[in-house]
Amino acid sequence: MLKIKEYVKAESLEQAYELNQKRTNRIIGGMLWMRMSDAQIQKAIDLSGLGLDQIEETEDAFILGCMVTLRQMELHEGMNAMCGGLIRKSVEDIVGVQFRNLATVGGSLVGRFGFSDVLTGLLVLDTYVELYKGGTIPLAEYANMKRDNDILVHVIIKKTAGRYAYQAHRNTKTDFPVLAVAASMVDGKVKAAVGARPQRARLYLADAPTQEAAEALAAAVVTGSNMRASAEYRSHLAKVLLKRAFAEIREKEEQ
Amino acid sequence: MIVSIQLNGKKIVDDISPDMTLFKFVREHGCYSVKCGCETTNCGLCTVFFDGKPILSCAMLAARADGHRVETLEGLQKEAEEFGQFIADQGAEQCGFCNPGMIMNAIALFRENPEPTDDEIKRYLAGNLCRCSGYEGQLRGIHAFMEYKKQGGAACE
Repeated sequence: MLKIKEYVKAESLEQAYELNQKRTNRIIGGMLWMRMSDAQIQKAIDLSGLGLDQIEETEDAFILGCMVTLRQMELHEGMNAMCGGLIRKSVEDIVGVQFRNLATVGGSLVGRFGFSDVLTGLLVLDTYVELYKGGTIPLAEYANMKRDNDILVHVIIKKTAGRYAYQAHRNTKTDFPVLAVAASMVDGKVKAAVGARPQRARLYLADAPTQEAAEALAAAVVTGSNMRASAEYRSHLAKVLLKRAFAEIREKEEQ
Repeated sequence: MIVSIQLNGKKIVDDISPDMTLFKFVREHGCYSVKCGCETTNCGLCTVFFDGKPILSCAMLAARADGHRVETLEGLQKEAEEFGQFIADQGAEQCGFCNPGMIMNAIALFRENPEPTDDEIKRYLAGNLCRCSGYEGQLRGIHAFMEYKKQGGAACE
């Protein structure tokens, strides 16, 4: 059972960063995953008072504060228009509305969860994360970094014209995906992210969104077994979902 | 730690433990409609409105709700009773355990989207689990309620 000795509503990022350097202290996001843990937290650091719950649109990007919820992402018209609804599709089957009103983009990415639809979807977009001390780096780089004590402050999604697709398979609605696939084609370059393998999402590159390329790429996807599915089943799904995602990309007009 | 939470229109000041969930807080203040069914943030039974939005109270610290507005079924008496009658008419509640969470989230849906399609209803209520009914009764109740609202709140057959 989760135990928290002290709750601190951070008054600044500097204060949150300093507190977060101690191993027994922890920043809380939506708390949906954390509340199921047996962690003993000395100080729970809450960023909800720092105004990081807004999506700001600039000329060339959408800038999401780390406390933006998955529901805000799902409902944001401009952001979804930019990516052909990829963001909405990647989050809309995550449990229910009540859950998505709490789960945050920051918490989803910092966790680098293997099952994450959010990470899978954002990996094929032109996405960066702004860290409090570590500067701004591509999400793909961040996803492969070890967890540290820095703070993910913003997620920056560049407005990059392209074709985007999202496919996932679930054993039952609202469950974690058995496999999740996101794909994009920008300036003729094809990217695909495969998540819930069940390991964390990984990015793959292809020359064109063809059925042959989907098959070749699926063969390179490393899958594993867990209670939801076997590695063999996931490998089969990778082929199916990549083919569907590439077919969707071929059919779509440039966003 | 001391928190001040507006619960169902009433300001409540209380000394709570830092790891107390909002679920426990509202129960301790007499809101017994709010229940915990799964412990895994999946069932929707503990749905409350936090600043007007439906959330899972089992996953939020009461400390985070300090200075905010929280509503439970007890605070939405008239709205809940009006809609709940249509669920009851269909026998959809059966054991009734999921009903308060289902009603809360259905009210949230109607506030956001007064005339949802079946697909929108199913999507919005996907986070409310019912293990008795298979959801058909609830869907019929929602249809009947929407028809009633369309008729301006007049009784419909």
